[in-house]
This record gives sequence, C-alpha cells and structure tokens, in this order.
Amino acid sequence: MIDPANNLDEVCDILIDNGKISKVAKNIRNGADETIDAGGKIVMPGLVDMHVHLREPGREDKETVATGTYAAAHGGVVSVLAMPNTAPAMDCEDSVALLKEIIKKDAKNNVFICGAITRERLGKELADIAKLKNAGVVALSDDGASVDDDALMLEALKQAANLGIAMICHSEDKSLSNAGVVNAGFTATRLGLRGISKESEYKRVERDIRLAEQAGVKVHIAHVSCKESVEIIREAKKRGVSVTCETAPHYFALNEEALLNYDPNMKMNPPLRSKADVEAVKKGLIDGTVDAIASDHAPHTENEKEIEFDRAEFGVVGLETELAAGISELIDTGLLEWRELVKKLSLNPAKILGVNKGTLSVGADADIAIVDPDKEWIVVKKELLSKSKNSPFLGRKLKGSVGYTICAGKIVYKG
Amino acid sequence: MAWQKKDLLGLEELTREEIELILNTADSFKEISTREIKKVPALRGKTVVNLFYEPSTRTRVSFEVAAKRLSADVINIATETSSVKKGETLIDTGTNIQALKADIIVVRHNSSGAAAMLARHLAISVVNAGDGWHEHPTQALLDIFTLKEKLGKIEGLNVSIVGDIAHSRVARSNIWGLTKLGAKVTVCAPKILIPAGIEEMGARVTYDIDEALKGADALNVLRMQFERDESAAFPKQLEYFKNFGITGERLAKAKKNIVVMHPGPINRGIEMSSEVADGANSVILEQVTNGIAVRMAVLFLVAQAAESKKDENTH
Repeated sequence: MIDPANNLDEVCDILIDNGKISKVAKNIRNGADETIDAGGKIVMPGLVDMHVHLREPGREDKETVATGTYAAAHGGVVSVLAMPNTAPAMDCEDSVALLKEIIKKDAKNNVFICGAITRERLGKELADIAKLKNAGVVALSDDGASVDDDALMLEALKQAANLGIAMICHSEDKSLSNAGVVNAGFTATRLGLRGISKESEYKRVERDIRLAEQAGVKVHIAHVSCKESVEIIREAKKRGVSVTCETAPHYFALNEEALLNYDPNMKMNPPLRSKADVEAVKKGLIDGTVDAIASDHAPHTENEKEIEFDRAEFGVVGLETELAAGISELIDTGLLEWRELVKKLSLNPAKILGVNKGTLSVGADADIAIVDPDKEWIVVKKELLSKSKNSPFLGRKLKGSVGYTICAGKIVYKG
Repeated sequence: MAWQKKDLLGLEELTREEIELILNTADSFKEISTREIKKVPALRGKTVVNLFYEPSTRTRVSFEVAAKRLSADVINIATETSSVKKGETLIDTGTNIQALKADIIVVRHNSSGAAAMLARHLAISVVNAGDGWHEHPTQALLDIFTLKEKLGKIEGLNVSIVGDIAHSRVARSNIWGLTKLGAKVTVCAPKILIPAGIEEMGARVTYDIDEALKGADALNVLRMQFERDESAAFPKQLEYFKNFGITGERLAKAKKNIVVMHPGPINRGIEMSSEVADGANSVILEQVTNGIAVRMAVLFLVAQAAESKKDENTH
C-alpha cells in the first residue's frame, strides 16, 4: 500500500466501511462482508486527474460523462476535473447546474467542475466567478485558450484567490504559435508543416507567473511541454512564487520523432517537443518542479482525426494510459520512486484543486486503485473504454495494469 | 537489387541504391519517347489515377504521358470535378478509387503527409506528386537524372538551390536525394524563407546569391510563389529579383559549364532573366523531357512491387 499523504509504503490492510476508509493496519481480522486479496499488487489512492475533457454537454459524439468516467476507472482514475470548453461553456451557473445534473445521473466516479475564466472563453469579459464558485466549480481555466489581456488575467487571478479556487492557465500566446501544428524546428521543416515555437508557450508561462507574483496569489500552469517552461517555473518556485504545474504523459513518454509518419494521434497542443525538452520535463518531475501528471484527455472522433494531418483536431485521449505510461517511463527507468509517482497522480493534484482526495487516511472517501505493477499490456483501440480512440500509445506495450478501481467504497472497475 | 516498395512517398525514406535503381530504370525508358511508336506494353491492363487536389498542369500531364507510354489506362480526377467538394474525405476517395480496381494513385495535395496517409490506408500503390511543403520526389528525381546526364555523376557535385526553401517540397526532395548520392547542397534565400533546422537535413545555408553561385556545378532555381504567403515580410518581387534573381551578369562569375535548372513554371524576370532561362546553361526543357522517363520508371517499379506482393499473398 502506498499512501503519500501519510508517508506509507508498506504491506497492510484497509477496511472500508460505509464508503469511507475506517481502518488501515496490518492483519485486520474483523470480518468484512467482502474481501479483495491484493497480494502482490499495489494499493494506492484512486488517481486524481486534473485535466480532462469530458465533452458533455455539447460533443457527446466524442465522449460523455458516462463513457469518460468509465474510461477513467479503467485507468485507475477516481476523480477528474472536467474542463470547461463544452457547449455551452462552463461560464455561468446555469451551465454548471446542467453539467451537475448529468454528473449526478451518469458519472461512474467523482467529477469536479472547472469553470471558465471569461464568458464563452473568449478572453474578453470575466465570467461571474463568485457565482461559479457558488455553483460548485473548484477551479477556473479558459483551457484551449489563454486570456491575452494582462489586466483581465490579473483581475481573474485576484478574484479566484479571494474565493479560494484554483486558477489553471493554458499558457499559450497564439500570436506566436503561428497556426502551427507541430514543434517548430527540424521536425516541422522535415515534415513540411507549420511549427509551433516554444516561445508561444514559455513566454506566456512567464507572464502568467509574473501576474500571479504581482498579485501575490497562486497559479497553476497546465500541460508543460518544454525545457524553458520547466526552468521558468523552477526559478519562480525558488523565489517563492506560489506556482504549481502539471505535465501530461505524452510530454515525458514521446518526442517529436513520433510524428515522422504524420500520425494524427501524435497531434496535440502543445505539440510533442524535442528529446531535450522531454529530458527537461523528466528532470522537472524528478526535482519536484513538476507537481502533477494529468492526462489532458482530449477525445476526438475518427472523422476528426483520421484526416490530413494539418486539418486533424489537436488532442489525444489519456485517462486509460496515464498510470501505465508513468510506470513504464518513470518507475521502470528508475527516475521516480513509486511514492513520488503516486503523489503526482493523486495527492498533489488534489491539493492544488483543494479537494479532499488522493489519500488513504482513515476517514477519507474510500477512493482506491489496485494495480498490478508488472503486468504488461498492449494498447489497442478495442480495449479502450473511452468513446474516442485517439491514443498516442496505440500499439505500444505498457507496464502496469489496473485490477480494481474503487470509488467511495464501490467497485467501479474490475480488470 | 529489386524494388520492394509499393509506394513512392518521398526521397527521405529511400536508400542510395533505391534512388540509383530508379535513375537506371529511367535511363532505359528514355529511349522509348524517341521512337516512332512511343509505347511499350509494360503496364498494359493497369489503371493509373491522377488524383490532383491542387491545380497542376505540367506534373499531371507528365504523369499522364508517362503512364500512357507504358500502355496504362489513365484517369484524371481534379478537385473541381470530384466529390471532394461535397466533403468526402481523402481516405474515402482513396478507398473508392481502390474499389474501382485502379492500380496506382498519383496524388497531389496541399497537405503535407497526405500521400503517406493515403498509402497507409490503401493496398494499391500511391505515388506522391507533391504534398504540401513536404516532398515532390519525382521532381527531384528528374532534376537529379538531368544533372547526372549533363555532368556524368552526382557524387562530389556542388548544387545550389535558390528560392523559397521554406515552402518548397522540391527543395526538400532535392536535398534528401542529392545528399544521399554524395552531392554537397547549398540553399540560398532571404532569411525568412530558410526554414529552421534545414542544416540538419544536410544542407549548407547562405543568404548571399554570389556565394551560392561560387563553385557551384549546378543551380536549381525554385519558383517564387508570391501568392502563397500573404505575410508583409515576404520580399517584393522586384526586390527579390534584384537580390536573388539569376542574371547573365551573375552567371558570368560562376563556373562556365554550370547547369541551370528550374522546376517550372518560370516567372521570367523574378527568379531568373529570360537570358538565363533560354541560355546555353539552361536545361529546363530537358528536365521536362526527362520527367517522362523518370515517372515511367517510378510507375513501373511500384506496379511491379505491388504485383510481387500480390504473388506472395496468393502463394
């Protein structure tokens, strides 16, 4: 059992009662109604994925709350943060209420809602953040877009901090990303595609951090993909700025060379970067600069993906592969300790979001993943539970397979 | 060696031996076009579909002539007359052509990677006739063929490519092909038209046209596509001619026997003066003639490879 919140990494039993963890000890003997033998497996807090596009309402052809949370369970993920770029966008109480109803009806596990920073995510006018908070959002983001206007962003950061909700930045200066589709440089040149420069990312990371520093508030940077971003965040942390960040498995498991066959399942934003960037992201994961791993699960239909590369949608699915990608690329290679990986996949994102998840403490919700750390599997379309199959890991062998996913004491997935 | 690939997508993925095989095959086909009856039965009963998503006359006609001289049946599909406008996907169009039992699709598309995508989804042969800014392998092959014919070899030659390198599939294919065969390639253009990392493809970069001409055995002058980039930083046509245009005066300072190529169509007075285009060093029309032999070779080789794959499957 690994529980970073309590510094635990040992063999012991967990007793669940009424959806809560009621006891953690060696050799619990009082007769449970149901027993799961997790011998040889790793028992960890159910993962908390703070960057998930569930697509509902609006694009139920790509994913729904039902299919997305089922896919999450397949990946050991018990809590997700649903990003606000739905139709309608999560920019007002009514939209949030609509989504909450769907969640209540269809969700297989915990769905937290991320509200939009600006109305319709257009970056022009702030959403009513207080009302969004009252409606139940735990974080704000215009994900997919950055708020270009400095003053507006500063105001948003202040309001979010006042209300105690997390601010998640999609840090991208679109005027610098040049309508690109892959990382700028040799790969873009070789493939004859427009490049997205790293400046478009790290210059905006720099700005977002500067604004948070100016206001003296917290900020979280989403999907960090390049060396410069990692370095800027590392420096900011050193000088005491309350900045946290996440990366996605594809930014430490894959580099731009995966694009040489124009596979649209390797197309996302930010794009796959160079080997040096991948190394820098790994270094950031090791030294703690990168706090969290989130999938940026972005389902798209085959019609939107299996087309000419420059016309295909940005984004890849990731809920079902993030844990295994982490085990394969970070544990197996000796880069991270188990406890660190589990922390970045559960406790840290829960803390950033201010939700009481990601722990196996007595009294906590019994959100648990039981994982066979050695079992290898090949990622194939037909075994993915997400409605969309646009995984960059298709055909790849990954290590680490989820045996059980338990949400509030209830088994939501059994492998 | 025997040709194994059912498709020709680019020169990047070819070995030196494969490129040489195409050139040698083209060499043996060249004579056919000089005969009284310019036809051999090599592809009799085969159907070649020219699927062109971009307006092109010379490449399409060259492929059509090449296919017909090999006795293949040729069907031309241009975007204006196909169901593409009704929103059919490239893959659907491809699988429909395959269902018509065509043998080879020659595809021209404005998206880089379009030919590769089609090839991945189809069992029949795909020949890339130009995809976005990526590659235009048959153009580079005919450039190299012409150069070899003129100078007897490729190994050790200094070849300068001048013009819009950033948006040029002709430049990319030439760089891959020439460097694989042992030539030294220099690219020359205004800074904004030199793409990042081009040196990693094996090319030397200069922004000075006289520098590019110095010691060059051959010059490949690209068409400036002023219509392609709306950016204000794009050099104006006259300014371009002044700084990079190939004139008789500039050429006089180069090697006497320098070979001047252009993939066409030429913008006279922009990329080069008429004096150069029509001058003694120009091989522009020979390139057009050689294009037929090279495309005959490519069609023949991919058809043969597809045929032997079919045999393997039935045995």
